[in-house]
Amino acid sequence: MSEPRRRWAEGVPDRLYTVTEDRAPTTERAYVDLVTLVVARAEPEAGTRPECAAVLRMCQFPLSVAEISAYLALPVSAVTVVLAELLRNHQVETRAPIPAAELPDPELLQAVMHGLQKL
Amino acid sequence: MDYRSSEALLGPEPPAGPRGEDVLPPSVSAAVKVVIVGGFGVGKTTMVGSVSEIRPLTTEETMTRAGVGIDDLAGVEGKTETTVAMDFGRISLNDRLVLYLFGTPGQERFWFLWDGLFEGALGAVVLIDTRRLEVGFDVIGRLEERAVPFVVAVNAFPDAPVHPMAELRAAMDLPDSVPMIDCDARDRGSSRDTLLTLVRYLRSLIAVPPETP
Repeated sequence: MSEPRRRWAEGVPDRLYTVTEDRAPTTERAYVDLVTLVVARAEPEAGTRPECAAVLRMCQFPLSVAEISAYLALPVSAVTVVLAELLRNHQVETRAPIPAAELPDPELLQAVMHGLQKL
Repeated sequence: MDYRSSEALLGPEPPAGPRGEDVLPPSVSAAVKVVIVGGFGVGKTTMVGSVSEIRPLTTEETMTRAGVGIDDLAGVEGKTETTVAMDFGRISLNDRLVLYLFGTPGQERFWFLWDGLFEGALGAVVLIDTRRLEVGFDVIGRLEERAVPFVVAVNAFPDAPVHPMAELRAAMDLPDSVPMIDCDARDRGSSRDTLLTLVRYLRSLIAVPPETP
């Protein structure tokens, strides 16, 4: 397991507080999975908060919540708060992961197998 | 707050986001995930890296549950946050579907990560080091409890004792129905074959639904 990496400068406290400021954490979180794909539907505008702007810039093409978390060096839980705001403002759309089923769809498994065999 | 100075905090690294070659095509519409679970140093990140089309990335989650029982929390009661990192990679399966591989530690104290991780996951690869079977033993029990389908892959470490599969299977109390394979996590083909073993096993579960007791 790797050491957590930090992109935020040391000695800058309250970063997560800033990101999630004024957000009700439980009700405002987007229902997203680590592999929910996010696509920007808007350009960042003047005054867009930096975390939101960063997500909009990096999601010109589909990108998973896990990747957004990695590139922003923010915990997934903080990313979901940012995404909730973007979703509320219709600035991003999400492509939900294939729904959890007790047993996955045979066609899906076939596609996964074919994809792996091409590696 | 001053947004410009806040953005400056992101430097001196390049702007956050995927490199050009790491961008997914717009046609990608769905993602699936597989979890690789095992003890420290067993080769999870190595396996992720050997098959991933992107350089493995790290995502973090914050452990907030009280009484997790690792860090010395004396004097900081009520502040029980610990950050845990998970490495992951990605494989584009076709122009619509992408597979994410997450490596996650198997020790009990990290099981809090599992809720979001295994939800919707196709299944898991339990990566084993024959020198330290006990982590695998715990993980297998936990996966069985959660009804997550898994295969067991024995990572070939040069100095690890070689045990017959039957012996390892017995040592881990692994049912005969669960596939167990040798692998070399450093090798792309071997890691791919490990994932294929999992997918074939998942298909077999569909073909022959488990009997209800």
